[in-house]
Amino acid sequence: MGGTSTETMKIKLKIWKQDGPSDQGHFIEHTAETVSPDMSFLEMMDVVNEDLVNSGKEPVEFDHDCREGICGSCNMVINGNPHGPDKATTTCQLHMRRFKDGDTVVVEPWRAKAFPVIKDLVVDRSAFDRIMQAGGYVSVSTGNAPDANAIPVPKVDADEAFMSAACIGCGACVAACKNASASLFVSAKISHLALLPQGQAERLERAHAMVTQMDEEGFGACTNTGACSATCPKEISLENIARMNRDFLKAGLQRRK
Amino acid sequence: MAHPKLNSNEPTGNIEERWDKHRFSMKLVNPANKRKHTVIVVGTGLAGASASATMAELGYNVKTFGILDSPRRAHSIAAQGGINAAKNYPNDGDSIFRLFYDTVKGGDFRSRESNVYRLAQISNHIIDTCVAQGVPFARDYGGLLANRSFGGAQVSRTFYARGQTGQQLLLGAYSALNRQINAGKVQMHNRHEMLDVVVVGGKARGIITRDITTGKIERHVADAVVLATGGYGNVYYLSTNAKNSNVTAAWRCHKKGAFFANPCFTQIHPTCIPRSGDYQSKLTLMSESLRNDGRVWVPKDKGDKRKPNDIPEAERDYYLERIYPSFGNLVPRDVASRQAKFRVDEGRGVGPTGEAVYLDFLDAIKRDGESTISEKYGNLFQMYEKITDENPYKMPMRIYPAVHYTMGGLWVDYNLQSSLPGLHVAGEANFSDHGANRLGASALMQGLADGYFVIPYTIGHYIAGTEMADITTDHPEFAEAENNVKNRMNTLVGLKGSTHIDDIHRDLGKIMWNQVGMSRSKEGLNEAITNIQTLRDKFWSDGRVAGEENTKNHQLEKAGRIADLLELGELMARDALAREESCGGHFREEHQTPENEALRNDEDFCHVAAFEMKEGEKPSWERHTEDLKFDYVKLTQRSYK
Repeated sequence: MGGTSTETMKIKLKIWKQDGPSDQGHFIEHTAETVSPDMSFLEMMDVVNEDLVNSGKEPVEFDHDCREGICGSCNMVINGNPHGPDKATTTCQLHMRRFKDGDTVVVEPWRAKAFPVIKDLVVDRSAFDRIMQAGGYVSVSTGNAPDANAIPVPKVDADEAFMSAACIGCGACVAACKNASASLFVSAKISHLALLPQGQAERLERAHAMVTQMDEEGFGACTNTGACSATCPKEISLENIARMNRDFLKAGLQRRK
Repeated sequence: MAHPKLNSNEPTGNIEERWDKHRFSMKLVNPANKRKHTVIVVGTGLAGASASATMAELGYNVKTFGILDSPRRAHSIAAQGGINAAKNYPNDGDSIFRLFYDTVKGGDFRSRESNVYRLAQISNHIIDTCVAQGVPFARDYGGLLANRSFGGAQVSRTFYARGQTGQQLLLGAYSALNRQINAGKVQMHNRHEMLDVVVVGGKARGIITRDITTGKIERHVADAVVLATGGYGNVYYLSTNAKNSNVTAAWRCHKKGAFFANPCFTQIHPTCIPRSGDYQSKLTLMSESLRNDGRVWVPKDKGDKRKPNDIPEAERDYYLERIYPSFGNLVPRDVASRQAKFRVDEGRGVGPTGEAVYLDFLDAIKRDGESTISEKYGNLFQMYEKITDENPYKMPMRIYPAVHYTMGGLWVDYNLQSSLPGLHVAGEANFSDHGANRLGASALMQGLADGYFVIPYTIGHYIAGTEMADITTDHPEFAEAENNVKNRMNTLVGLKGSTHIDDIHRDLGKIMWNQVGMSRSKEGLNEAITNIQTLRDKFWSDGRVAGEENTKNHQLEKAGRIADLLELGELMARDALAREESCGGHFREEHQTPENEALRNDEDFCHVAAFEMKEGEKPSWERHTEDLKFDYVKLTQRSYK
């Protein structure tokens, strides 16, 4: 039965420390002596930080907030895998029962040119916001909307749009990609809105603006290896990238600007 | 006698016409003049993002602040179940008046009728707006919007996007905000924490912030300030709130003259995953929507240690269905939580700690099939399994109540303006619409109503009707506020005692949960006040904050927030002590019916308690009241039987 484990494990950690964007950075080693299998990975990190503070050392900075796998804040590369070894799981939802007593675990930040390190495991993901600002919306102001049921949306389309809209913007797709491409993230938003009638008016303009901004931010090109989708905690589909490429190409041919 | 500052400014007359009448009587800022005015918005959840976007659409210059790395991460994102609206699409007899009625009754008659009616009226426009933004709500095969039921209602009026409704609504508001950032109308400041409000000539005219990545203290000036900083559930340490949720922005305003209303009205949500150990950092909610299909039960016998599936039907007590036959498993949250606590207190709790009850889907799976249940709740079941390592398709979930939402907050009038002129408060941060208990799927409704449809009107009324001095951040009040913030940061970072601040926070949480939680008594509350004061002294005399000031330092961020929670906790206990009645989420052991239901005292407590902080070295307060009148929903003892 879950939630009852009384045995604890010893976990050897190698954790990335870096003072700022220009610091070279290094690993520190720390052994977490009494890790419960029911702990989440971040709860284990909390205990490590308490140990560090109690022994007069600086704690490790990391981003986290909801700890329910939905806010997209947490971002650790664990033994080389963004968000760790489990499929469809964010760092905060990864539990220590996934590891064995005596394991060595290496913890690093997302590594990508477009995500500079702020401190330790905290990176700057504002590039994602800027891509969204370039066009990730329907241009409708408050007060302009027709009745919500005025336009029926086939259930299959609504469901597929939802699947794309479920992206949490964590950036694991970029961290997993050998080219540090943001294609999965960007295409998820382009698809979400392209699949709905409300998104049609600006569909091509949106694809063009978002892809252009993505390139400006310094993300790499997509070579369709699929590591992004395999790593994605929300299992966002690769089909989105195909849809983005179609719309971007079409935009190049048909855009009226 | 009500305090002169506690004028609700609500319109009079027929309740159906009040908001229209008020909108007509409010002053306007002409479109060309709006661009001459700046509004600060603190917080980027549903209320903050929607208010920022809408005010920018109208033409105001907006400066928006958030403590996280992106507006999209605000904790509204984690709301699961849905959003209410009085659309009556299912044709089951819903109406604006019924939504209003249910909300007033659900709040146990401690909210303002005018506000709640407006909320119900606006609810329909919210759904229209969100659909137009591309929010992918659940739909039926005909392509029209689907609804489900939530607690405290006998109609299906809840719109949803699987168990991720908050995420989808927030991403909608975030997209509207992004459009305005792109248009240059919103200046977005991420990773900035508001640490004080600046008051010039008796009006809120700006804020002092700390850049969380560099530690830099900054000044920002505006014509008005909107606070949308969420609730204070983290005073309990363990709650379903996000780790960074805090009361600091609201508390700083409270210290500068904004009254704090009904702080003891907190919501303990009945369906959360039980805690498993001392290292536990937060609790995870299982959406109330699960009570549509899940049946709550405990064994009939005390200390029955059999596995749930080995306990035969006849030996189970489906206690909500037994006690409340007409609402069954869908009674309001306060009632469901209290009943779970009673079962545990009787010794009939389940699981390793005995602090849990079952939420069982096996009947629903037999009836509708696993795929239907999975389509409705798939992500919730998956989340439950990840955390507990148990499969809810095969074994009942174990659930227990946890702190989830705070109905109390900064006092506001009908215009959502606090008792500090110019400071407006939206969403969970204000106290306005939920009385002593919030119904499920009403938080999203209120956050978006305030942000999309109330604040954008009332801010214009304030700006057009207020004489304002032309000031910059060079004004001496800014210098003084900045100095105070710097001194406070210095003091906090200088705490080098022997007690880890997280331990102090945990201890505060234990006091709050045990004595200011689901059940409160005079004796316990008095004890809590003394213990919180002692703990506060310990924080300042023996707390330890690691690291330095001019860098990203999460310890320091937390220290400032814990210091404020240590004052808030005392105020909550004082409010609970003064309110000699039980209502909604506030249950005083001395005031209950023979069936252990909450017993209100309308004679003496049909009012809002609004606390004014007094000057002095130690925090102290004066209690003021705003009387509540019920002209449309008759004051009755709530019954869900």
